Parts: sequence; C-alpha cells; structure tokens
Amino acid sequence: MEGSLSTYWFVIVTLMLAVYVVLDGFDFGTGIIYLFAARSDVERRTVLRAIGPVWNGNEVWLIAGGGLLFFAFPKVYAAGFSGFYLALIIVLWLLMFRGLSIELRSHVDHPLWRPFWDASFAVASLLLAIVFGAALGNLLRGVPLNAEGYFFTALWTTFTPGPEPGILDWYTILMGVLGAVILTGHGANYLAMKTGGDLYQRACRIAQVTGWLMAALSVVAILATALVQPALRRNYDAHPVGYAVPLLGVLALAGMLYFRRRERNVAAFLASSAFIVGMLGGAAWGLFPNLLLATKDPAWSLTVYNAATPGGLEIGLVWFAVGISLVITYTVYVYRSFWGKVDLSSLEEGK
Amino acid sequence: MASALVYDRLQFAVTITFHYLFPQLTMGLALLILYLKSRALWTGNRHFNDAARFWIKLFALSFAFGVVTGIPMEFQFGTNWAKFSRYAGGVIGQTLAMEGLFAFFLESSFLGILLFGEKRFGPRVHWFAALMLFVGSWLSGYLIIATNAWMQHPVAYAVGADGTLHLTDFWGLLLNPWLVWQYAHNMTAAVATGSFVMAAVGAFYLLSGTHPAYARTFLRTGVVAAALASVVLIFPTGHGAGRMVFEHQPSTGAAFEGHFHSERGAGIVILGQPNMETMTIDNPLVIPWALSFLIYERFGAEVKGLDTFPRDRWPDNIPLLYYAYHIMVGLGTIFVAIMLTAALLLWLGYLYRARWLLWIILLSAPFPYIATTAGWMTAELGRQPWLVYGLLRTSEGASPLVSSGNALFTLLGFLGLYLLLGLLFIFLAFDIVMHGPAVAGTRKAGAARKPGY
Repeated sequence: MEGSLSTYWFVIVTLMLAVYVVLDGFDFGTGIIYLFAARSDVERRTVLRAIGPVWNGNEVWLIAGGGLLFFAFPKVYAAGFSGFYLALIIVLWLLMFRGLSIELRSHVDHPLWRPFWDASFAVASLLLAIVFGAALGNLLRGVPLNAEGYFFTALWTTFTPGPEPGILDWYTILMGVLGAVILTGHGANYLAMKTGGDLYQRACRIAQVTGWLMAALSVVAILATALVQPALRRNYDAHPVGYAVPLLGVLALAGMLYFRRRERNVAAFLASSAFIVGMLGGAAWGLFPNLLLATKDPAWSLTVYNAATPGGLEIGLVWFAVGISLVITYTVYVYRSFWGKVDLSSLEEGK
Repeated sequence: MASALVYDRLQFAVTITFHYLFPQLTMGLALLILYLKSRALWTGNRHFNDAARFWIKLFALSFAFGVVTGIPMEFQFGTNWAKFSRYAGGVIGQTLAMEGLFAFFLESSFLGILLFGEKRFGPRVHWFAALMLFVGSWLSGYLIIATNAWMQHPVAYAVGADGTLHLTDFWGLLLNPWLVWQYAHNMTAAVATGSFVMAAVGAFYLLSGTHPAYARTFLRTGVVAAALASVVLIFPTGHGAGRMVFEHQPSTGAAFEGHFHSERGAGIVILGQPNMETMTIDNPLVIPWALSFLIYERFGAEVKGLDTFPRDRWPDNIPLLYYAYHIMVGLGTIFVAIMLTAALLLWLGYLYRARWLLWIILLSAPFPYIATTAGWMTAELGRQPWLVYGLLRTSEGASPLVSSGNALFTLLGFLGLYLLLGLLFIFLAFDIVMHGPAVAGTRKAGAARKPGY
C-alpha cells in the first residue's frame, strides 16, 4: 500500500521536473543563442521580453519539484544534494547570474553595463544546460552510495564511469552536450514562436540545424546509456510497452523537424517539448523503482520502497491536488496573457 | 583545524541573513503598494497610482534579489544538512513544497502582470495583481515561518520505523501555537522595514527639495504605518513570541536576559556585558522585578536562571545571543520613540517642516534591517544546541561526507558573490531613488528606469 503511494509521488516528482526542463529549458536555450541570434539592442530586449514575464515562474517548477522530492523522499534529497555538493552549489551560483542578468541588464544604459550582463546571461545559460544534462547522466549511470545511504562525488576523477565515478566522466559529458544541444533547439523554437524579422529567421535556422544534431546525438547517447548502465533495460525487457514513451519522443522529434520546415512555429515548439518529455519519461521508465542507483552494490540503491517518508504521503496528495490546480490555472493565464509575438513598439511605451 | 560543521553553520547563517534583507522589504512594501493602489482605484487620483509605480520599481528590484538569493536556502538543506533533511524532511519538506506550490507560483505569475500589464489589462487587473503579490509574499512568509516554528517547537509528527519523522496532522503543523506569534511578530517587522524605508525616501526628497508632492505622500504613509508597526512589534507580538520562548525553551529565555541564577522578583537587564567566567553581568543596568512581571504578571514570581539547566542544553553562544536579543529590543524601543514623535508632529501639521526629525527618519532607514537580523539571530542562536528543539542536535544534522575543504570553498564563494550582489543592489536602489517617481504625463523623469527589459 505504502509502495503504491510512493509510486504516485515518484510520478509526480518526475512530472514536475519534466515540466521544469521544458519550461526553464527554453529560457536556457534562448540564453545559449542570445549573443549570436540577437545582435542589436532592440533584438536583445525583444528576447528578454519574450522570456521576461515567465522565466521566474518557470524556475519555480524546480523549487517546487525539489520541495516535493524533499518531503516525499527525504533520503534521496539528503543523499543526492550532499553527494553532488560542489556541482549543486555551482548550479546555484549560475542560477543567480542567469536571473540577475535578465532582470538587471536594461536597468542602466551604459556601453559596458549591457554587454557584461549579455555575456553573463549567455554563459550561465550554456553552463546550466550542460550541468543539467550531466546531472541526468549521473542519475542514469548511478552514484557510489554507501551502506548508510550517502555518497560524495568529486567534480571529476578519471573521466570513466565505474564504481567510484566523478560527476563528470565521458558519459555524463556526452549527456551534458546532448542537454545543451536539445535546449538550444528548444529555445530557438520558442524564439521562433515569439519573434519576427531577422531574429525569427536566425532562430528558425538554429532550430533546424540543432534538430538534426539532436537526432544524431540522441542515438549515440541511448547506445552509450545501454553500455554504461545495463540495469536500465530491465523494465523495458519486463514491460515492452514502455518503449512507447521514448518512441513518442522520437516521433515528436520528427514532428518538430517537419513543422519547422513548414514554419508552423507553435506546433514545432510543442513537438520540441514533447520530445523532451518523451526522453525524460523514457529515462524514468528505465530507472523506476530506483531514484538513486548505487554503483558499488545494487542493494544500496535508494528506491521508492526504501527511501519514501514513512508517513504523511497521503496528506501531501490532498494539498498537492489543490495546489497544482491553482498552479496550472496561473500558468495558463500568464502564458495566454503574454501570448503571441513580442511587439517591439510596446518596448517603447512607458511600461 | 575547523570542522566542516563550523563552515556549514557559517554558510547557512551568511546566506539566510543576506537573503532575508530582501524579502523583509518586499513583504512590507507589498502591503504599502496595495494601499497606494487601492487609494488610486477608489479615488481615481493618479497621484497615488504614480506613487505606487515608483515603489513597484523598488519592489521588483528587491524581489529579484530575493528570488536569486532564496534558491540556495532550499538547496542547502540537502547539500549541507543532509542528516537533518533525512530525519525531518517528511515534515518540513511539506511546508517547503507548499511554499513553492502555493506562494512562489502566485508571486511569479502576478509579478509579470504588475510590471508589464498596467496598460494591457487596465487598472482593475493591475490592482488585483498588487493584491495577489501581497497574498503570495505573505503566504510565503507563513509557510517558511511554519517550517522554522516547527524546528523551534516540533508538533504534529511521529517517529517512523526507520527513526525518521513524518507528518501526522496537517493543521497541527500549520496552526502550531509558536507559529502564530512568530508569524505575527515577523510580518510586523517586515511592515516596519518597508514603512521606515518609505518614510526615509519621503524625508530625503523633502530635505533635498525634490518631488515635494510624492515626498509628503511617502512620508505620511511611511510614518503612520511605521508608528503602528513599531508599537505592535513590542505589544502584543513581541511579548507573545517571548512568552512562547519562556514556556517552551526556558534555558533560551534565561540566556536572552543574561539571567544566570534563579531568583524571585527577577530584574530585567537593560545594559551590561555577560561574563561567562563569573556567571554575572558586568556593568549592569537593571530594572528590578520587571522580568518576573513580564513573564508571570507577578512581581514576586520566580524566574529560572541558566543554573537550573544542565550545561549541555545551554545555547552554545550565550553572549552573542544576549547581544542579539538586546539589540533587537533596544532598537524596537527607539523605533517607537521616533515614529510616535513623527506621528504626533504629523497630526499637529508640523512634520514636513521639522528638518531635525526628517534627518533622523532618513538616517534610521537601515536600523529595521539590523533589528530584524538581530531578531532572527535571537531565534536561531536561541534554539541551539538544537537543530530541531529537543529532538536533533545541530552537530548531528550536517552532511556526513561533505569535507571542511569543500564547505569552506563554497562559503568563500558565497561571501565573494554576496559582496558583489550587495554593492549592485545598493547602486541600483540608489539609482532608482535619485531618479525619483515619474511625473504623470511626462516621459522625462524615470523614463529609462522603468522595470522592463
């Protein structure tokens, strides 16, 4: 009984984080292409205006998802966050620079002020996309949990996955690069939906090119994952229906390329989002019931059965149902309010 | 060789202290902005709308710094306090997740409308956005204080088979008696910070002879709100929060007051330095019997001193705790004196010409920040040596495998980064204040300082 409750929470936390990657992912993507896709000051302000009313709300999905993980699976939160100590603190610093760059850039009109924050926005976004990709790589590869349920990994050791891996090895770096490419394309699709003119043309071209690149890299990454962590195949072998999830992702990617060519911007962006959800869903299907795979002894893995809080999960379901309904309402309201291409002339209004 | 625990504690102290400089202003201003927007909507007077727009700029700046410095707080429970997270996550994870779900989404959704939506959605929706920002920020405060109140006075939990805690009673957690007083006291302090800053900006404009109409509005609004908040901070909220401490954390209460030895008819120490060698107060200035009366409403009541409690349950830095508490109370008393005087002169119609008092109001702007920080140090140092009072010691809560070298690395990084952030905030806030409120109908003043991209 307790097992099925904690399974619901596994699904909820996974979905919250998937929504986070889809939503804040396009913020990172726009940041990555910001310096070369948006060249004039007006274009840069257009990009910032396109994500300005939503980026902070997008980031809240990470905070809320993290909070839900904290309460439903305290042992995973404790082990994972302390185990990835340095990487996570660096993520925090990057998130600070990313947020401040967006908010502070246009406060001061000075030839040194704006380029500084422009560069800071682009670099922080790129590094965050790589780090989040590498983080997923770490979850799939497994971490050196000990019998007490803790681990600590250095940023890098020998760059090879093994029982004592670092946060960065060739596999997680590959995943980091894949993450950056996927989010670059995702951000370009978002900008194509939100902008016009030269900026729109450049965004379309970037989305097209990265689309093919992510298809190629995804194949490599899937093969590498099967090599590095064979345990992930177990659920797929036992329940082949699960192949539908990543397959949906592949179809979405094909759809994205198709819609992109036809300049159906909204459909291309939604397909790009579906691709991300499909890939993350495929990873979650392989991981379940594990939340943190142990590399030293599989028995030390933290799972939905041994890492959930021993009570109170049903209390959480009640307020979560209320809360998420409100969240969906606000999110839909805000996206609808700021729907459509960013109007450049509105930048010149008093507001 | 310092252990990782020292750096873990210092890092949390530094990051939370710095973070809370921003939300205390935004929560206080949220109420005052709602007031200005309401007056604008009810009376149709554009002056109040333009006044609100100016404060929305400062609000947005402080909000942005609050957001970016706030994320490290939730993360650090896991990174630096893994054993505590594992032990108590089943309870406090609930309030933290609720804060994200119920408060942060609300704030982030409506901030966009408050900043960009006035023309697009009209005055009613814009007023509604101000209301939602107020509700969201005060709800966020409630849920975070619910978390802290539970650590101060754990309720509504049970111990599971694996030795960790989980929640048994949702409303018990959200209606913790400690929480009610702590929330009331803390939010009043946020109103004090917001209204002192508003009054100080008004005083600054009046003294320098700029924006006279706005200066009067800011000063009037700020002084009235600050006078009310200063009184409520002491009674009933400060008194109520203090009684919770004496009831549930008696050794902490004794340390607040520098009350080393039990006695009947205990006096209250106004000034003096605690001497831990002799267990006395050096150079004491004492009001006799006052402590007994404040706690028990009887002059002869016995107040337990620190000597009643075993040493391993004493807060681990009693002099610092004593000073934090006395700075908070001392400043709070001075606030009442300044703001009641200002309110009196306002009523007599003399405030706008009383330059000596305008100078005092201008210079007093930083002190609510200091008092609030001292107040939180009182709460957090007072809870020591416990992380969860009576259940988990601070020394048992840190991450077991994060070495002191790694913890020091990130502590130094935070110190450097926050120095930069602090300078940036001061520069930008100063810039907004110097440009002043945009005069309705003209585009010149403040045109480049709009909260936009």
